[in-house]
Amino acid sequence: MLSTLQQPPRSLSRIPLHLKPLRSFFTVASASASQDQSSPPSSQILTVRQALLSRQTTATQLAESYLSRLSLTEPHLHSFLHISDSLLRDAQLIDRKIERGEDVGLLAGVLVGVKDNICTADMPSTGGSRILENYKAPFDATAVRRVKEKDGILIGKTNLDEFGMGSTTEASSFQVTANPWDLSRVPGGSSGGSAAAVSARQCMVSLGSDTGGSVRQPASFCGVVGLKPTYGRVSRFGLMAYASSLDVIGCLGTSVADTGILLHVISGHDRFDATSSNREVPDFSSQFASINLVESKPLKGLKVGLIHETLEDGVDNGVKSAISGAATHLEELGCTVTEVSLPSFSLGLPAYYILASSESSSNLSRYDGARYGNQVFAEELNALYSDSRAKGFGPEVQMRILMGTYALSAGYYDAYYKRAQKVRTLIRKSFKDALDDNDILISPVAPSAAYKIGEKKNDPLAMYAGDIMTVSISLLLYA
Amino acid sequence: MASTLFRNIQTVPLLLYPSAFFRRKNGALYCTIKSSSSSVTQTQTATQEKQQDPQIKVSTQTQTKTADKLIKDYEAIIGIETHVQLSTLTKAFCGCPYNYGAKPNTSICPVCMGLPGALPVLNSKVIEFAVKLGLALNCKLSLNSKFDRKQYFYPDLPKGYQISQFDIPIATNGYVDLDLPMEFGGGHRRFGITRVHMEEDAGKLLHSGNGIGIAVDLNRAGVPLLEIVSEPDMRNGIEAAEYAAEIQRVVRYLGISNGNMQEGSLRCDVNVSIRPIGQSEFGTKVEIKNLNSFSSVNRAIDFEISRQVLLHSQGQGSSIVQETRLWEEGSQKTITMRKKEGLSDYRYFPEPDLPEVIVKKEYVDSIQNSLPELPEMKRRRYESMGLSMQDVLFLANDINVAEFFDATIAKGADVKLATNWIMGDIAAYMKNEKVSINDIKLKPQELAELIASIKGGTISGKIGKEILFELISKGGTVKGLIEEKNLVQIVDPAEIEKMVDKVLSENPKQLEQFRAGKTKIQGFFAGQVMKISKDSAGGIFMRTLFRTAETNYIPS
Repeated sequence: MLSTLQQPPRSLSRIPLHLKPLRSFFTVASASASQDQSSPPSSQILTVRQALLSRQTTATQLAESYLSRLSLTEPHLHSFLHISDSLLRDAQLIDRKIERGEDVGLLAGVLVGVKDNICTADMPSTGGSRILENYKAPFDATAVRRVKEKDGILIGKTNLDEFGMGSTTEASSFQVTANPWDLSRVPGGSSGGSAAAVSARQCMVSLGSDTGGSVRQPASFCGVVGLKPTYGRVSRFGLMAYASSLDVIGCLGTSVADTGILLHVISGHDRFDATSSNREVPDFSSQFASINLVESKPLKGLKVGLIHETLEDGVDNGVKSAISGAATHLEELGCTVTEVSLPSFSLGLPAYYILASSESSSNLSRYDGARYGNQVFAEELNALYSDSRAKGFGPEVQMRILMGTYALSAGYYDAYYKRAQKVRTLIRKSFKDALDDNDILISPVAPSAAYKIGEKKNDPLAMYAGDIMTVSISLLLYA
Repeated sequence: MASTLFRNIQTVPLLLYPSAFFRRKNGALYCTIKSSSSSVTQTQTATQEKQQDPQIKVSTQTQTKTADKLIKDYEAIIGIETHVQLSTLTKAFCGCPYNYGAKPNTSICPVCMGLPGALPVLNSKVIEFAVKLGLALNCKLSLNSKFDRKQYFYPDLPKGYQISQFDIPIATNGYVDLDLPMEFGGGHRRFGITRVHMEEDAGKLLHSGNGIGIAVDLNRAGVPLLEIVSEPDMRNGIEAAEYAAEIQRVVRYLGISNGNMQEGSLRCDVNVSIRPIGQSEFGTKVEIKNLNSFSSVNRAIDFEISRQVLLHSQGQGSSIVQETRLWEEGSQKTITMRKKEGLSDYRYFPEPDLPEVIVKKEYVDSIQNSLPELPEMKRRRYESMGLSMQDVLFLANDINVAEFFDATIAKGADVKLATNWIMGDIAAYMKNEKVSINDIKLKPQELAELIASIKGGTISGKIGKEILFELISKGGTVKGLIEEKNLVQIVDPAEIEKMVDKVLSENPKQLEQFRAGKTKIQGFFAGQVMKISKDSAGGIFMRTLFRTAETNYIPS
């Protein structure tokens, strides 16, 4: 999560790519960026903006180069479910605006991938599910609308575990996405398509969604920056609900700066989402400074807590050494790093899976085949429901619906759902206590790096266990 | 709320959605299932719109004489669940308006269609109306309540769950006071209110003409409802029907619903059980649906009580089972709709898409202070004005009539005279023309003026009546009409004397008979004088003059 990458993954260098236009662009862009010390050179968004406004390139040229890169990488990666038909047209519109000297938005010419459980009016939105195959939403999600209002260009819809339920993107009804760094490995999930696409430079930034780690974990597996905002910071309107009290739309990019800028664009209260926060949106990007300009210990005095429970047995040595490397780096920047213990941390995983499954069993009720989506012909009503849902949902989704239905059933509600809510309160309190003593808390994202495709497919518990480090944070709600 | 964003969706319904979503016919959505017999009966409540006489009648035909005798040994326990559709401008959780009878699926948006990614946002008017009703029903309000999801599958429920309130309803533990009509023996009653909670309505299932599928109209989906659950305090059909009528009056007085039963704005589901008098345990309760008028509430309950009493008295008490029965207007019977197989598990849990409902005490107080005079308060006030219960019930029954009456007496009209005019000629006109008091052209101040003009002797009662019908149908002012038609009562004794002279001299035969003691002939003279005076001779003076004539009048 903390590392930012300047180069595309090595594995793709094995794929015969004709990267000439792209390379030349990046050369030009980074050269110009290094001249201007005020903008962080690692921000693709700011680099693109500068290149367009200084007429060094056009949005159309950029879009064309990304399209040609897509046509080469996509057969190996399968990160997209749909590619926009209007990509070049949208780019031309930006170019014309610039030619006419009109103001363009902060994301002008920026190519944005959108996870396919986020509704878009111009492209299908399937949620990675067979039951919504070819479904086209009549509206843009608020986050998408805000990206478009800032002149961002949607490049396509990215693959995901069906309705966000999974940690590998293998649970997509349509295709398995590969990790750009090693095509035999999973990109993580459920925003695997969004992470892989950014990692492979198929798009500049992307929107994902995070319910229990679905932005953070694939970002970690694919070596990009993933940002899960606080619940309510970004409107959920247009995000197909998985677990409404946990779902958040998040950002993926190749730099902290890019995810910060994207978050700034999509944040803020939305009258179509009653759970969106009324709090003012700070300009995250205005705080960015070039590394050359800051003092030697810019984070002096910042107290950092390293969550002890995320370094225990079952965590790969490589992960442990990476996080201690990051801790050392933070100390070099002036932080004091201490280990903190969160006693209720391990309870987060069962509580999360009970709450998320319960809410999903309700949220997915609307996919009954009666009004939209795939419908199975049946002689009577109950058969229509059960057949449409049996054929439309994949096994992982069916399992979670069953678990959630069970947890909410009369006689079990108190033992499962209600108890999990109590655990949620406990976890929230333990985090609050830890944050009373520390300014920030850090932890690895996952117990291991990306594993092989198929490795955990038949062992859901092992896959769920991989979410141990991210789910507790999701349970916090407003901090 | 969502009107801007979804405007084009509302005006061109469904065109924006790929045709694969819906099998459409006549603007309604179809799912390809055969309409089984159970779904046919289940849709009747939604589609039957029979016109009912709003007057309550006791149907004795449904009760056999044996049952009548037996009923004395039993006690019926009746509780009512009432759904009131709120007349907010927009639905509960989106910006769509709702108009009864609109073309199917013309007032829908992604939110009330339950499309993926759509979220509910609460219409604050729903809270306001709920608080109003809670206070009007003397309930305890929950300052912190929440919404819950009630989950079940049905084609008229687009999300697969209904947003409702489960364990913390907005209002609990209240009561409603009412007076039974005089024709049913009268008497004051107080019935307990268990709870009032907020929820959303479902869509409507419609039959497709060809019988192949069921069509869904989602116009009604998401319309706000308040569900009012009564305590099991009612003992017979009349009490239950009057309870429902009082709920209708209360929501109309509050202006939160049109309370129209035929349109389904007010729906009553009734629970009935019986037990032998003296027994403390309750009997098995049966639910009755499809009650489209107060009179059907009354008749269905009385039928059901008879049915249960007969079964029980014949030793077949065990065949009274927990079930939902349907009231059939045609046969005046209840029939089995579905047997309840154990308790349905709705898997309620807190609605995560909506924040908690927090109502501040100051807000409740401000609503309390702005509440209108409610039916019970009005009845007690009218009673204290010296009106009979018959008058009180008539006037307070319809808020528009009550307001008309109040405005009339506020203009200084005599209470009893105003009551008589309203309950007499005005009510008769409204009944004949099938109009409401708001549709007539007569203004309360003119009725007050009319009453004053008669009382003060400016016009006669008979002319008053004529003017009244003119005022009701065409409008205008009492003064204007009197002048226009030269209807001022002739009060000058000399002028009347002249007319009397004329009549007496022209009818010597009759005068003779009169003098001979045939006093009834006085009416004949009066008629003649009125004829000459074109109805404007004052009655009082007429009588005085004739009294004179009786004794010493000698025609010149």
